[in-house]
Amino acid sequence: MILDSKIPEGALAEKWDKHKFNVKLVNPANKRKYDIIVVGTGLAGASAAATLGELGYNVKAFCFQDSPRRAHSIAAQGGINAAKNYQNDGDSIFRLFYDTIKGGDYRAREANVYRLAQVSVNIIDQCVAQGVPFAREYGGLLANRSFGGAQVSRTFYARGQTGQQLLLGAYSALNRQIAYGKVKMYPRTEMLDLVMVDGKARGIVVRNLITGKIESHSAHAVVLATGGYGNVFFLSTNAMGSNATAAWRAHKKGALFANPCFTQIHPTCIPVSGEYQSKLTLMSESLRNDGRVWVPKTVEIAQRLRKGEITVNDIKEEDRDYYLERKYPAFGNLVPRDVASRNAKLMCDEGRGVGASGLAVYLDFADAIRREGQPAIAAKYGNLFDMYAKITDENPYEKPMRIYPAVHYTMGGLWVDYNLMTNIPGLYATGECNFSDHGANRLGASALMQGLADGYFVIPYTIGDYLAQTPYDKVSVDHPAFKEAEQNVKATTDRLLAIKGNRTVDDFHKALGLLMWDYCGMARNAEGLQFAKHEIRKLRDEFWQNVKVTGVNEELNQTLEKAHRVADFLELGELMVDDALNRNESCGGHFREEYQTPENEALRDDENYAYVAAWEFTGVGNEPVLHKEELKFENVKLTQRSYK
Amino acid sequence: MNWFTKTFSSTIGRKIIMSITGLFLCSFLVVHLIGNLTLFKGDDGVTFNLYSHFMANNPIIRTMEIVLVLGFVFHIYDALVLTRRNKAARPVGYAENHPQENSTWSSRNMGLLGTVILVFLIIHLWNFFVPARFGAAGGLEGVVIENVDYDNLYLKVVQSFQIWWYVLIYVISMIALAYHLIHGFQSAFQSLGLTHKKYTPFIKTFGVVFSIAVCFGFAIIPIYFFFAA
Amino acid sequence: MAGSNPNAKPMDLTLKIWRQKDRNTAGQLVTYPLKNISPDMSFLEMLDVLNEELLVRGEEPVAFDHDCREGICGMCSLFINGRAHGPERGTTTCQLHMRHFNHGDTITIEPWRAAAFPVHKDLIVDRSAFDRIQQAGGYVSVNTGGVPDANEIPIPKTIADKAFDAATCIGCGACVAACKNASAMLFVSAKVSQLAMLPQGKVEAKTRAENMVAQMDVEGFGACSNTGACAAECPVGISLDNIAMLNREYLGAKASSENV
Repeated sequence: MILDSKIPEGALAEKWDKHKFNVKLVNPANKRKYDIIVVGTGLAGASAAATLGELGYNVKAFCFQDSPRRAHSIAAQGGINAAKNYQNDGDSIFRLFYDTIKGGDYRAREANVYRLAQVSVNIIDQCVAQGVPFAREYGGLLANRSFGGAQVSRTFYARGQTGQQLLLGAYSALNRQIAYGKVKMYPRTEMLDLVMVDGKARGIVVRNLITGKIESHSAHAVVLATGGYGNVFFLSTNAMGSNATAAWRAHKKGALFANPCFTQIHPTCIPVSGEYQSKLTLMSESLRNDGRVWVPKTVEIAQRLRKGEITVNDIKEEDRDYYLERKYPAFGNLVPRDVASRNAKLMCDEGRGVGASGLAVYLDFADAIRREGQPAIAAKYGNLFDMYAKITDENPYEKPMRIYPAVHYTMGGLWVDYNLMTNIPGLYATGECNFSDHGANRLGASALMQGLADGYFVIPYTIGDYLAQTPYDKVSVDHPAFKEAEQNVKATTDRLLAIKGNRTVDDFHKALGLLMWDYCGMARNAEGLQFAKHEIRKLRDEFWQNVKVTGVNEELNQTLEKAHRVADFLELGELMVDDALNRNESCGGHFREEYQTPENEALRDDENYAYVAAWEFTGVGNEPVLHKEELKFENVKLTQRSYK
Repeated sequence: MNWFTKTFSSTIGRKIIMSITGLFLCSFLVVHLIGNLTLFKGDDGVTFNLYSHFMANNPIIRTMEIVLVLGFVFHIYDALVLTRRNKAARPVGYAENHPQENSTWSSRNMGLLGTVILVFLIIHLWNFFVPARFGAAGGLEGVVIENVDYDNLYLKVVQSFQIWWYVLIYVISMIALAYHLIHGFQSAFQSLGLTHKKYTPFIKTFGVVFSIAVCFGFAIIPIYFFFAA
Repeated sequence: MAGSNPNAKPMDLTLKIWRQKDRNTAGQLVTYPLKNISPDMSFLEMLDVLNEELLVRGEEPVAFDHDCREGICGMCSLFINGRAHGPERGTTTCQLHMRHFNHGDTITIEPWRAAAFPVHKDLIVDRSAFDRIQQAGGYVSVNTGGVPDANEIPIPKTIADKAFDAATCIGCGACVAACKNASAMLFVSAKVSQLAMLPQGKVEAKTRAENMVAQMDVEGFGACSNTGACAAECPVGISLDNIAMLNREYLGAKASSENV
């Protein structure tokens, strides 16, 4: 298989415009003859469904939540980047492109990222027109902040709830199309298989989560906007329901899965407090603008602190190690996420971690409060401080916050070409579900940008190009391909229900999560990865013999829903390990302990690994086949990332 | 339905009617109370009887009387329709519910308070209005003021408020009215959308003072005559 | 992994939970004893523990809605001890922690109760009525593309902030659950006033107010009695001022719109 990324010819800045001209168009009167399925209603899915509906296609949109407004995009806090240069501080499309490529440690496609930077400006216009209440200056114009280590203020935000406001904007656009009858919405419906006819994606099989009914839906094209797979780790900042099932089942039908080992560990999360922990809560990265990260200077002080012999406020200034400021004087506390996370782990590995578990570092606002006063800090971060206090029962105005890294975002995903189409004709992947724009590490405030770019401004063009070359004929859901897929889904469900073992789904999920966190988390090595691969296989075998799923299919059965998802995580986890093992270098979120500089920084191997690793499924338990898409960098010079 | 009936049969439309009629009824209370204060004149009811004669015969007052009746009718009718609708909106209740944590008792019991007031109104009308206006229910005795015959409503007042349980009914009803108004007055402004950062605090305070003052004014009459006798 | 507060003592609780097989079957409160609950757990983690115990015993776990567990998606619900989202103000159930309960407590857990929110199963209700109300007009009718530059529409910061306050509604339904009339006025008013305040939304403000209120009535929600219970129980603090604004918008729209 040769991977054709279909990157248009020409100069970087002209590729998208030229491509938009070259793509085939569907006559307005003919658009209604095409059906499109959109799975997932987060930023990427809702924006795509709404826009495709506006264009005149018949859209069916699916989400597993009770309403499209619940998708986990809603939880994004910090903001959305756009190269508007409203602040006159030197931003430009090229700079946003450059920062994103560099931040991604040179493992993303230049053309995709440049397009992302180009359309970023349109996103802000679109959202404002929808009534999204972005933060504003007193003069009535939009406010910006610097975010996630960017040297320019290009982040648009709506307090700490930017994702919510953007999603509600997309949701409102979607609602308008539902009201017009152009989009038919299927909430509480989960995609369980992709249906292919003559080698093309022609529909999906879903389970109605209320009645358990297995149903088929046919279309001319299928868009997967189902988010990331961070919940492989059990504990992550993802929503409880976030899952990889739709993407994974498409993968099992032939869609390649790219760079699965690229996971982002976010540095500022509330630490784990106990075995019962069900998820981790992110504290916006914006906190690092004013908070100073530190741990005790010596292991001994840290130990006394953990034992409760001293409290944090007893530690003298000279006994505190502001390690990010010390190691990275230029960026200080604002180093990119992967660097901040890895350093927190290093400190805790040295035994200088804080909190009862020793798996936390301090994020201290004392200086900022002294400098600006408590009201100013409360105005900036009040809701985050409240959230922290609610969860931990500690007052961050008086005591520094305890933070620790947590799985947050997955840069890997289904392989797509420039048109966001997977290697299966007619199957598209957008947003976090695809792998395309963030390389090995995503910059803050770029996920919202990518989701909306894909949905509002990219897929509406590229899907038309495909449909214009597709006959109008519909495939009936009575087609044998649909019947076979339905049978397979039913067989998997029956199998899960028939095991009646002794171990709960959550128990398996937690065991998998621990393996992934310990061996395929912030730092990986070949030995650990091999061990993890072996353990995951064992765990998966046990799952299929000993999992306990109560109830029946024909009802609202949350245990069964989880069992389907965890079954897929148990396969995907192994692929992540395979990918991490294959990539003998460190880059972005993928840190192989064998490949580091003397200063413990990631050591890339551009000569051998400047490629996208796209994996082909060959059966459960079989070794996947690696396909490489070489990355060509014609507009940026590959350098060692340095934030010193 | 045309737009008008559609508007006023919507939930908000009915609340608007509740508000307008409610505020109108408040204005009636003021007029009624001012008139009643003539009972305290200490002239053996001369002024009061003249006043009640005027109220019964002046054509403008008689017209307003019809408007007043309509005010009551719409207020009560919409209350009934809304209450039925509100009950239907929650067919299965909670096994455990602590609404006192989030709202005042009076705001949750406007229907109950309104019913008490309605029962009182019937008793009150039967005792004073029906004899005075229609001569029914035993009619009223006559009284001569400056050589003209008048109905002696004052006497009826004095006699009625000699009865302790009658006084009690009045006092309890006025307490119910006070609670009804404490929520109802400011609530009417909210329903009409007449809220403003600057003026709403005043409206709320005024509403409470108004409710207590008016109801106190009415309640003091039976108490006064009971103890004066 | 040790807890963040090593001194916190585990609690024993008695749970009374509404169990209902499906929409058409009658339900009842069922009592479950639960031991060894850490005060640092969230309320939903406590239910996770119960469900794991039920599963191990081969019993059907309690179905409840939840997703982000960060207080923003609006999926979690639960009427806990007679209060929507439990005893803490300004808190969703997922952000409620067990430290607000005591050893030996009996906790009653019921689904939202409203004719417009029928029970799907146990503690899960159908809130699609909210989506239908939004579909009736909770949007600005702009297609993707062809919009003016974002800074061509200056909006006073005070207005933008007020619109934002209204826009933070998470659509959880606590307002309906807490209201004695199961009224959805706070939910509807949040969207109507957010868009009515902003110049982008003013264009369609009249039709929006008319259509969203009409749909709200069709769904069978009760009327507003201005008790303020909704705002008091709202986990994100949506203000009653929005209801006043909705009333104003609605009356103005009905009086002046051309929709007869």
